[in-house]
This record gives sequence, structure tokens and C-alpha cells, in this order.
Amino acid sequence: MTNLKVNGVSKAVDVPADMPLLWVLRDVLGLTGTKFGCGIAQCGACTVHVDGDAVRSCVLPVGSIGEREITTIEGVGTTPAGASVQKAWLDVEVVQCGYCQSGQIMSASALLRTTPHPDDADIDAAMAGNICRCGTYARIREAIKKAAQAV
Amino acid sequence: MTNVGVERLNPGVERMVTRRVFLEASVGLGGALLVGFHAPSAGAAAGETGVFAPNAFIRIDRKGKITLIMPQVEMGQGVYTAVAMILAEELDAAFDQVVLEAAPPNDKLYGNPTFGLQVTGNSNSIRAFWMPLRKAAAGARAMLVEAASQIWKVDPAGIRTDGSMAIHDASGRRLAYAGLIDRARGLMAPQNPILKDPKDFKLIGKPLKRLDTPDKVNGKVVYGIDVMPPGVKFATIAACPVFGGKVGHVDDGKVKNLPGVRQVVVLDDFVAMVGDHMWAAKQGLAALDITWSEGSNAAISSADVWKQIRAASEQEGAVAKNVGDAAKGLSEGVLHEAVYELPFLAHAPMEPLNCTVHVTPTSCEVWVGIQVLSRAQAVAAKITGLPLDKVTVHNHLIGGGFGRRLEVDFVEKAVLIAKQVDGPVKVVWTREEDIQHDIYRPVYLDRLSASVSNGRIAGWKHRITGSAIIARWLPPAFQKGIDIDAIDSAADMPYDIANLRVEYVRDEPPAVPTGFWRGVGPNNNVFAIESFMDELAKKSNRDPVAFRRDLLGTAPRLKAALDLAAEKAGWGSPLPARTGRGVAVQTAFGSFIATVAQAEVDEHGEVRVQRIVSAVDTGIVVNPDTVIAQLQGGLVYGLTAALYGNISIAKGRVEQSNFHNYRMLRINEMPQIEVHLIKSGEAPGGIGETGTTAAPPALGNALFAATGIRLRRLPIDRDVLSGRKPA
Repeated sequence: MTNLKVNGVSKAVDVPADMPLLWVLRDVLGLTGTKFGCGIAQCGACTVHVDGDAVRSCVLPVGSIGEREITTIEGVGTTPAGASVQKAWLDVEVVQCGYCQSGQIMSASALLRTTPHPDDADIDAAMAGNICRCGTYARIREAIKKAAQAV
Repeated sequence: MTNVGVERLNPGVERMVTRRVFLEASVGLGGALLVGFHAPSAGAAAGETGVFAPNAFIRIDRKGKITLIMPQVEMGQGVYTAVAMILAEELDAAFDQVVLEAAPPNDKLYGNPTFGLQVTGNSNSIRAFWMPLRKAAAGARAMLVEAASQIWKVDPAGIRTDGSMAIHDASGRRLAYAGLIDRARGLMAPQNPILKDPKDFKLIGKPLKRLDTPDKVNGKVVYGIDVMPPGVKFATIAACPVFGGKVGHVDDGKVKNLPGVRQVVVLDDFVAMVGDHMWAAKQGLAALDITWSEGSNAAISSADVWKQIRAASEQEGAVAKNVGDAAKGLSEGVLHEAVYELPFLAHAPMEPLNCTVHVTPTSCEVWVGIQVLSRAQAVAAKITGLPLDKVTVHNHLIGGGFGRRLEVDFVEKAVLIAKQVDGPVKVVWTREEDIQHDIYRPVYLDRLSASVSNGRIAGWKHRITGSAIIARWLPPAFQKGIDIDAIDSAADMPYDIANLRVEYVRDEPPAVPTGFWRGVGPNNNVFAIESFMDELAKKSNRDPVAFRRDLLGTAPRLKAALDLAAEKAGWGSPLPARTGRGVAVQTAFGSFIATVAQAEVDEHGEVRVQRIVSAVDTGIVVNPDTVIAQLQGGLVYGLTAALYGNISIAKGRVEQSNFHNYRMLRINEMPQIEVHLIKSGEAPGGIGETGTTAAPPALGNALFAATGIRLRRLPIDRDVLSGRKPA
């Protein structure tokens, strides 16, 4: 059994240690807000926080996490940065199909935790790993700046 | 903002023909044309007591809950909100209280009027449903007013409606719709209800917040890939890497002891692995030793594809348009000729293809996000042998369609697997499978020739060669050798040219399946025509905007868009070295759009797109923020294709496999994008695909302005732009 702390709740899961966290969250724990996009850490749809840092859960073996705290899109709204990012996303009307937006919001809220007032270069560096096929990038940038004002 | 009045729509005749052909085609398919709008009590819950369901789109219950049924699927384009706005507008429903519900599969009640099928595509949701939805809601409103007039015994003319209430100002009485439904249910819907004067619109035209987005920022939304029926198992698939190949032999010796692996399903041309979760299915599939029977396509390469289409394009094609005497016109003035080529493209929606299915001896339940709901039901019925009414399809929000989900291949495969699995099974394609087994945007080749005399185009000939997607997807609409999609925006090109001939040559590429891709036929035609117009302007020593402008006399709405885009983009103002602006105009999808791109090219041929300005006249706008968002996003989709998009073939298989070698534009590469809406009282145009069509020609023309190098193939070739390779 592997013990995980997900969104503040302890979960015991019986899965192989090399199983990526993405599939544990989605298919074992039923936390489907975290998305599968590419499986090779190229698109960022699967982004979650481990101890507050943005990581690609599709390539993160569940056995490597240990005691560290996992936060997903379902739980990020309880953090100040997460809540302000979610609100800014709606205020700016970022979302189209929405499929990549869990990952975008997780990357953006991790950025704001460490860089409360990011400039364009900070945003590029933190967000370039997240693909949006609907092309919402301009609004993502705008929303991050708006969220930064609110934090 | 410019307010453009009524104008004669230059391409109108072709558009009407297109629509008529679609309608005839849908009759030919055996489907009854859309008739459900005014059938009394046609709603899904019509039998429910205490519910007023005056048509298929509206239900009001005794508690006042107003449910609006969505005939088109939401895949990010904002159609749920726009449809709700149209219905709520004419119904005078309180917009913050409406509840949305996805339509079940039913072509008769919810078919797209253009196709006679439940299709979301062709950027036509609002164009096709604008009047039917308004009439449906206005009819429902009229019935509620009539009910109030009977209760109050007053003239209905003295009753107004607002916020889901009937109001009689003379007596100060008001009744919520909830209190009127029992009487309204007994009334007949009027055949021709009075519609609102657009000046009285309260919702339409306002940038209202989308109704589908709150659950998309907190992980609550359930896409098809997220469904979890009790006991669901997970499967992933491998199809023969070579198009058309079959499964030869499967050895599962190394699979048996893997944790979580449940079952191998071997079918004719693909293999599925079923497990307790996707990881087990992926691991199990990778451990299978599969021998493929590759078949006759195993030697096909991109070179073969291009050799074939180039040869085909030498033939005379079916005549799509013939005005004046093109041959005579071409003999006057200076002749210019060019050939443009576009590659295969994959759709790569962010939500990988998936479909969950539970087959029992007497039923089939399907969970899927798809642009062709009734076709999904039909294919499931066909494969299971069950009657349609035993096949339930749950219609989910879609994590990106772009045309990929106009196909049912992934539903078919999932049902084939589910027939062999005990209990529900969720079939999810890996990204590799998605890129390598797409139904691709076809390669196209355009031959253009024109002669310019005194600033006018004396003769114009355009021969389009490419796959006839329509012939496969809607066979009855493929008539007289013409694919109406492949010639869209070419036969009805906007310039005033007296002698013009447009031909179409059908050429199906070897091995590679082809389908609709965001922007469809206009992508190819607008790229070729607008690149060629730039070449003609250069040949004539004319400014590209002025040259176009002089030829848009019969297209005033487009001319106004061109003027606005040029003004906002600072057309003509100085730019640094190796930086240029390019313009492109289009009338595709019933919208009049001009786009100016500004880009810089460095000495290595790397391109930095700096800015894109689009001016858009799309008629009456339902939700302006959605229109702007669609343009912004569509431009990014088109830029991605122009900068990177290429699916190449070697040994009968696709060479690309995931986002590392099938690249997407990312946030750090984004230009500044500005969209300017032009106010118009014309009927709504389509918008979802327009930006995708606009970006590549505008960019190509900007690159020419920056470097003097004309790129006639996409994606852009950095070796050519740097001078390392000849154009």
C-alpha cells in the first residue's frame, strides 16, 4: 500500500510504485479534474502541486512522492493563489473547451505562490509547458496579471 | 466602428446552392428534414406532468425552473451560452436562472437545419439555429402571454414579459411563468410568432459570462474521458501503424503477470488491452508482442503522395464556376502563375479520443463527447445489432473538437471492444495513437493563374486538387464531381473579376484517411488566393491593401473590414529591417474579415509573429466576447499550422507521434492579438473557424514583406527564409 496526502486528506492506494500519479488520481481515486493530454510531460494538462510546486503528474511515479502533499485542481481553491487564479480565470473569461485549464490554473497558481508579481518573462517561463489547443494564451496572461493584483 | 448597411452578398448564390445541396442530400439520406421546432409538446419530457414543453428546446416546470435544451454540442466555442441567450431573449426568461441540458440523439428534433443531421460543425450553429430558436422561444412566450390574458381576462396586447414573468401594467398584476404553465400547456403554439425588434434585445449583443465555464476552473466538469460508471474498466488500443494494415499474430505471454491487466481484445485491425486503470492497460499493451500484417500501403511515403497529387493537378477539373471568358481574359495583360501546396494535418484536440461503453444482451450505453451525436448512436446500434431505442448516448462537453469528433471511428472501436468485455469499459487513446491514426486534413494543391491589366484582373483561373471529404462524409452532397467544401471560398471569392474559372480535381491520397479540420476548404483556398493576390500586387507594383481594395467593389462589407484592419494595424507605417506586415481578406462562413499580421524573421529564418489585427463583420453578434475569443483562438490554431503543422508519411505510417514532434504554438510565442468588431444588422455569420483560415495567408504575406521570399508551401520553411535553401 502507498499512502498519499491529497488535498489534505490521507489516502491509501494499492498500486505499483512506478505508476504515474496521474492515473492514481484519475482512475483509482476518481479525482478526474487532473487531465491526461500527452503522457510525456509535453503539454501540462496533468499539472498538480507537490508541496506547492507544479509537477507533471503523468511522469511522476507515485512511489517517489512519499510524505509530500499533493494538491489538485479540486483542492487548489483553498489556497490564496489558487482561489485568486480561479476567480481571475472567470473574470477574464479565459476558458473555451476547458480541458487544459486545470493544468493551466495549477501552473499559474504555483507561479503566483513563489512570484506574487510576475512579469511577462516570468509568465512565459512558468506557462510555456502548458499547451492550449483553443489558443486562450492571451487571456491566460491577462488573468495571471489580474490574479497577481488580487493576491 | 463602421456601421455597414444592407449589401448584396456577392457569394450569396453559391451559399444558397450549398445549402440546397445539403438539404437535398439529407433527404437523400432518408432523414426527415428538421420539423421539430413547432410541434406541440415535442420536448424530451413532454409526458411529464406539470411541465410546459412547447417545443423541443424549452421546458418550464411548476417551480419555475426553465430548462433550455442544447441542440449543438459545446466544445469550447461558447455555443451553449449563445443558444441560451437566443432562447432566453425571445422567451424573456431570467437569464441567471436558466438550466441547460444537452439534447439526446434525435435528428428530427435537434438536427442542424443545414445538414438535416445532428451535426455541430461548419461554424454554423448560430447561422443555422438563429431563426428556428427565436421562433421557438417567441412561440412559447406568446403561449404564456395568452395564458395570462385568459387568467386575467385582459387583452394580450396589454401584457408584456420580463424576467420569466407576465406583467399587466394597466392593472399592476404580474404572474411568474411557473403560474401560467398549466393553462399554457393546453394552447397551440403559434405558427408565426412575432419576433422581437433587434433594438429591443436585452441579452443578444451583450458580452455575458459563459454558462459552461465555472465548472471548468475547479475540476468539476465531466468530459467524456471523466465518466466513471460503477465497475468501469479501462482500455487503450494499438492499431496497425501502417494505414490499412491488419492484426497478424498476438502473443500475450509477457502480459499475464502484470498487475491490473485484465483482458486482451484482438480485432481485425487493432488490439485493445483492458485493465483496472489506464496505466495497467498501457503497460499491458506495451508488453504484447504484436505482429502486424502491414498490407499494400507499407511502402507509401510523402513523396508518393505529392507525386500523385501533382500529376492529378495537371488534368482539367470539374468546373465549379465559370464567369465570362477566363481563357480570353488570361491572354490580356501580364500573365502570372503560381502553385501552392498544403500538408496533411492532425487535429490533436487536448482531450484525447475516448468513448465509454457498456454493452449487455439487451442494451448499449455510450458516454462520449462528439460532434455527430446521432451518428454515434447509429454506429453503436449497427455494431451491437440492437435497435436504436436500446442505445443510450450520453452527450458530454468536449475537450476540443476541431473536426476530429465529426467522425465515429473511435465510437465504433469502443463498441467493438465493449462487446467482448463484461461491464462498462472506458477506451482512451494515447496521444501517440491520436496523432498516428487521425483522419487528417488532406493535402491540397492549388494552381492559380491570372493576368493583370491596368490594375484590374483581366482573367483568373484557379484549379483546386485534393481529397473529396464530402464524398465520404455526406455522399449525396457530392454531385457532378464537385466537393462543395473543397471549393468553398474559391468559387465565391470576393474580388470583382469579369473572367473567372474555378475547377476542382478530386484526388484521394494513397493510404491516408482524410476529414474535416477546423477551417475546412476555406483554409486551403484563402491561403492560395490571398498569397496569390499578394504576388499580383507585387507584380503590379501596387500596395497589397490598395490593390485588394480596388477589387472589392461588390463586397462593401469586406472592404470596410479591410479599411478598419489596415487603420488599426498602422498599415504603411515604417517597420525595422526584416520585419513586415501582411494582409489577407476572406468571406468564409458568412463573415467578412480582414487580418493584418506583423512578423520578424531573424538571420536563421526563425519567425517571431509580433502582432495580429483582425477586423470582423459577422452580422448580428449574439455574444461579442465569444466572437472575440473565437477569433483569438482560431488565429492561434491557424498560426500553429502555418509555423509547425506537418504530418509526413514514411513506410505507410505517420512519422509524428506526440507534441514533441507535432508542435503547438505556446504562450511564449504568442503575438499581440487585436480583434475589432464591426456593428452590423445583417444576419449572423459563422465565426468558430474564421481565425484559423485568416492567420496563414496574413503571416505568409508578412514574411514576404519582411524578406522578399514567397513561401508557397506550408508549414513555413526556415531554411528557405534564411536563404540556406532556394524557395
